[in-house]
Amino acid sequence: MSSEGSAVLMTWVTWWLLASDPAQLVPARSQMAFTLAFHIILVPIGVALPAIMLIANYKGLRRNDAVALTLARRWSHAAAVTFAVGAVTGTVLSFEMGLLWPGLTGKYGDVFGLPFQIEAIAFMLEAILIAIYIYGWKRLRPWTHFWLGFPIPFVAIAGAFAIISANSWMNQPAGFTLGSDGRPTDIDPWGAIFNAALPYELPHFLLAAYMAAGFTVASIYVVGWLRGRRDRYHRLGILIPFTVAAIATPIQMIVGDTTARQVYHDQPVKFAAMEVVTESGSDQPEVFFGRYDSDDNTVSGGISIPGLNSILAGFSRDTEVQGLDSVDRGDRPSNVTLVHWAFDIMVGIGTLLLGLVAWFAIAYWRRRDIPKSRLFLWAAASAGVLTYIAIECGWIVTEVGRQPWIVYNTERTTDAVTTSGNIWVSFTVIAVVYVAIGIGTIRVLRAMSRRWHRQEADDASVPYGPPAALDSELAAVGEDSP
Amino acid sequence: MSAADGVAVALIVGVTLYAWTGVADFGAGFWDLVAGGRERGERPRALIDSAIGTVWEANHVWLVFCIIVCWTAFGAAFASIMTTLFIPLTLAALGIVLRGSSFVFRKNAARARQRHVAGWAFGLGSLVTPFFLGATVGALLAGRVPEGDAAGDRLTSWWNPTSVLVGLLAVALGAFLAAVYLVVEADHRGERDLHDYFRIRALAAGTVAVLVGIGAVVALRVDERRMYDRVTGRGLALLIVASVALVVTLVLVARRATRGVRVGAALAVGSLVWTWGVSQYPYLLPFDLTIDDGAGAAVTMRWILVWFLIALVTAVPALILLYVLEQRGEIAEDAGETGPVEGLGATAAEPGRQ
Repeated sequence: MSSEGSAVLMTWVTWWLLASDPAQLVPARSQMAFTLAFHIILVPIGVALPAIMLIANYKGLRRNDAVALTLARRWSHAAAVTFAVGAVTGTVLSFEMGLLWPGLTGKYGDVFGLPFQIEAIAFMLEAILIAIYIYGWKRLRPWTHFWLGFPIPFVAIAGAFAIISANSWMNQPAGFTLGSDGRPTDIDPWGAIFNAALPYELPHFLLAAYMAAGFTVASIYVVGWLRGRRDRYHRLGILIPFTVAAIATPIQMIVGDTTARQVYHDQPVKFAAMEVVTESGSDQPEVFFGRYDSDDNTVSGGISIPGLNSILAGFSRDTEVQGLDSVDRGDRPSNVTLVHWAFDIMVGIGTLLLGLVAWFAIAYWRRRDIPKSRLFLWAAASAGVLTYIAIECGWIVTEVGRQPWIVYNTERTTDAVTTSGNIWVSFTVIAVVYVAIGIGTIRVLRAMSRRWHRQEADDASVPYGPPAALDSELAAVGEDSP
Repeated sequence: MSAADGVAVALIVGVTLYAWTGVADFGAGFWDLVAGGRERGERPRALIDSAIGTVWEANHVWLVFCIIVCWTAFGAAFASIMTTLFIPLTLAALGIVLRGSSFVFRKNAARARQRHVAGWAFGLGSLVTPFFLGATVGALLAGRVPEGDAAGDRLTSWWNPTSVLVGLLAVALGAFLAAVYLVVEADHRGERDLHDYFRIRALAAGTVAVLVGIGAVVALRVDERRMYDRVTGRGLALLIVASVALVVTLVLVARRATRGVRVGAALAVGSLVWTWGVSQYPYLLPFDLTIDDGAGAAVTMRWILVWFLIALVTAVPALILLYVLEQRGEIAEDAGETGPVEGLGATAAEPGRQ
């Protein structure tokens, strides 16, 4: 080995073993991003699927509809699997708040920590109620069972409220003043909880959760529908969740639009990154995609519509929009192109989904049925995945767009990151484990779906309280068939 | 007593609840791991599965609660612990993920081989997590976590005789608690042989716990005399309560009693947790940072206490409801929907298939 090579190797090994700030920043952000991106997939199911399942349950009881009850029952089991995986990945996140960002929790813990405690209570209640609901299908009286499940969506919303409150605090910190020693004083936990960003972040996220859960569940039955399983089971499996998502989608467009305008007021640099506004001024063009060059603060490529960005931000071409040039390069988001693309993709998907929902609404209004067009069905089959892409994009916008700050204009991410451990190693291990449990979750859900398939005919006739023996026999038949 | 002291008490209550529930779950995972081959371990695993089934990983909420309260109330101590003990705490978190997800996978997986793999992951996670959480407690007891960003040694702070023995003690206590709970569970279901099966294991785990516990105290004496003096001084009464409860429970279990054994085991484990809390008071990080010095804003402390009370008044009735429904047989495994055949247990279905 050449001496130069061994020197490089030694440097690398030293760096690997004694990785310290700022070398920890990239792996720590990568690990947080990875574990959150994973957890975020499970969240909409935990937040919104219980409501969809209870709608099916209610419909089933009210109309004496066995098919709706079967759907509710199966959705509750799918919810249980994702809820359990979400519970442990969420536990990991609470560890990571300290393992990766001791500078945030160590310094601001008493300012913004309280909502997490609210979330812990909400989570506990949701876990207990879901357990009662799932294990109650067989023996509880039908309406008792329904009413025991009824609080679940509200508890889930309370949990989402708490977590979003903490996140919106990072975007619009409130409830403290910085003392002369650089530490927070005059702490007002409720001022921190009800910060300026909460009123738009919370509805934006809740609607996204209902859209994601609705479109995703519906898309599963749309695939069955496309494969020719055009029975009542699949029809209801599409109609119930799709309708929930269809109600949420137009509201989301309004809320999302308002949110963007609020970000324009509250976090102008994030807004500049979302819309790649390089220089402050009025009459800003709306640029779709393109590439941002951080060296000379320019945009190349992309489609540009003159004046539209100013109009969207302030309803007039004269609206002044702050550009990225208004702050030093070190105060701009680390990856403007990523933030901008994520924003465009999110808005683009939202617009597509709005079109899909309009199509569905018109068809249903005219014929009381799912549109026959295969184009619609293919689009509906991909709507779930698209919504998830939009959610991940929205999360990239809010988190990467806030960089270099972990607490907006208050604490830098570099000051919060740990100096301990070797995060590339922990990140690698966590990535392997998460990929394994990701595959495991999908396989388990698919296995459940296949099992249901085999039981279809017998199962629909016994929605509530079949005798245990019959149930076991059914399961046994299902298990033994190849 | 200041509000910060109150929060410290709430934290120890949280740890106690986690020890009674979550650590016992780990113990059940431990027995699952050592239950032997597919045929031999079939029935014990089935009992473990159905006993844990109803609440899954919800018990972790008490751990999450402790972590959250720790950073909200005692940020400086939390940051010091998390940076110095980065390695054991990362491994504990990994164990939780591995365990929690593989448990549901095993319940729902279609094939025997998948269930087998998931069973291993479940067992390993059940071993790793209590050990490293215990080692963390050991590191605190031994005064090896000073205040500051990674101020303590990242390896020897937890890889030392005291910490390792406290880690092993956590594993043994979990196994002991789980075995005692399962003795009663087996008795409820009228499964005499399983009653004996877990009775022997409860005795073994309890005995191991006593030996490891004595070893930990001896190691502490060598390692950090000041803490040893506190444990055997102001902590002595609690330590005696724990020892007596443990021995009485072992005697009761040996005599095939089921009444009161769960309470006895819980009392023993709870007293040990409180021995730790009382010995360490008023330090968050012995002997470097006290509760009053490390506490956050007073207003936050008061709100944490309010929310802790709300947690108790909401979660406890809900848990009682769950428990009552379960005892009255109103809730049961929805076997026709979830997968494995009821009564056979998760790993046991499809015995002929590889």
